[in-house]
Amino acid sequence: MSANLSAFLYLVAGVLFILSLRGLSSPATSRRGNLLGMIGMAIAVATTLANHPPADGLAWLLVIVGIAIGAAIGAVIARRVPMTSMPELVAAFHSLVGMAAVLVAAGAFYAPEAFDIGTPGNIHTQSLVEMSLGVAIGALTFTGSVIAFLKLSARMSGAPIILPARHVINIALAVALVACIVGLVVTGSAVFFWLNVILALALGVLMIIPIGGADMPVVISMLNSYSGWAAAGIGFTLGNSALIITGALVGSSGAILSYIMCHAMNRSFISVILGGFGGETAAAGGATGEQKPAKLGSADDAAFIMKNASKVIIVPGYGMAVAQAQHALREMADMLKKEGVEVKYAIHPVAGRMPGHMNVLLAEANVPYDEVFELEDINSEFAQADIAFVIGANDVTNPAAEEDKTSPIYGMPVLQVWKAGTVMFIKRSLASGYAGIDNPLFYRDNTMMLLGDAKKVTENIVKAM
Amino acid sequence: MEHAAQVVDPFIFRLSIFVLAVFVGYFVVWSVTPALHTPLMSVTNAISSVIVVGALLAGGVANVSSGSGWARAFGFVALVFACINIFGGFLVTQRMLAMYKKKAK
Repeated sequence: MSANLSAFLYLVAGVLFILSLRGLSSPATSRRGNLLGMIGMAIAVATTLANHPPADGLAWLLVIVGIAIGAAIGAVIARRVPMTSMPELVAAFHSLVGMAAVLVAAGAFYAPEAFDIGTPGNIHTQSLVEMSLGVAIGALTFTGSVIAFLKLSARMSGAPIILPARHVINIALAVALVACIVGLVVTGSAVFFWLNVILALALGVLMIIPIGGADMPVVISMLNSYSGWAAAGIGFTLGNSALIITGALVGSSGAILSYIMCHAMNRSFISVILGGFGGETAAAGGATGEQKPAKLGSADDAAFIMKNASKVIIVPGYGMAVAQAQHALREMADMLKKEGVEVKYAIHPVAGRMPGHMNVLLAEANVPYDEVFELEDINSEFAQADIAFVIGANDVTNPAAEEDKTSPIYGMPVLQVWKAGTVMFIKRSLASGYAGIDNPLFYRDNTMMLLGDAKKVTENIVKAM
Repeated sequence: MEHAAQVVDPFIFRLSIFVLAVFVGYFVVWSVTPALHTPLMSVTNAISSVIVVGALLAGGVANVSSGSGWARAFGFVALVFACINIFGGFLVTQRMLAMYKKKAK
């Protein structure tokens, strides 16, 4: 196959990847988009195998076995993973992209002739620059994603780990990393290559450990972005347009998602990166001390009030996912609809642990996507709703974000549930939320607290209906 | 100005593709509905594993020196990782997207 034809086919693959993301503009076109992505990938792989076939029988065997192992593991994971675990799965996938970037660069470093970038020990300077950037970002993505995975899957505490003088350490590491990149480019020595890898691995760990659990949606989006930039760096080394296009797409996608998440939390990207947020649990809420009365309700009361309502807006949060209450919730919504009640769902951008997580969980429970609304689209409707049914969410409904200038979450866009006739909160306790901030809504006259496990309470309401 | 002697470095072409793709990505991703942000992340995971082309090059290199032996080993591991991502990423995205349904009328 001529080099021109293969370059053209890589371009086709790149365009198919663009179309696969474009398909996600609506659920109706998304499935075809995903299919186009798969076709693009098949074209890229086939082109590479046709243009640079493995050198001998053993190499073919390695390639086929490698693909088979990866395909089997990937397929099993994709079928088995519960939807609640999507954030940690995505973090794990990011780490694999990062590691793959490092390994491909290592392969190119030891066999540069296969990549047309020079001969061993004598690689083009420009390729070394591209390669070392790809390696550094890839290694950083790898360890950063591993830490994010451990935090998201609760194998490690979500609390920020603050090392003394961490900024000094990080800056020192970054400077050393740059020095190693320069060293690698100037000398082409393997020692600098691996030092580069080690420093970037360490930096990845240190960058993510001080970031608290509440900021995980930003972290996971940011790592998404990094994995894209790493791929683009390797794409420059290989001179492969499919890889360059994809890297750019993924890099900007992750950056946009990080921006959306930061905006939804009213936090600056810099303050998230610097870390430390979400650790001082209840320091703000607990200090006020005074015992305020909250109105407790029973499942029967809730069922009665809701059946007689004309409009109910359900606000799901991460607590719903933890309790696996989405199916019971859908059942409740179905019964309400039978009674002629209008039911809608309101989703805050940072509900859940990753962008769009709540939407997937509701879709899994067969909630039609045209009943699910984003914050800007539904906030004006709370005033006309009889009931706001908040299940497993807290901080995203906190009126302090609009009313209390001293609150740490002041300025964050929130769902204005308090404008509804009655607010029902399903919570395990009156404790403060993930961000450690007291919610004054619990103690208002039109609020009814339904304390208990989200799933059990919802099931009891269904029974009472 | 001499015309004949000026050859544009291929790097500049790559950089042009890259910069334009960043802009394409910016507009395409803003048009993604927020309800599909999770599938967006899983599918970007899958497509960024097109890094598999590098793994195929390294894994299939002619075995002529100790360097190429190492390249094969690195390429093989990278290939496995990238394929986990490709298959896992596309299939889990497909599984998620299949769940999004409209209201039954």
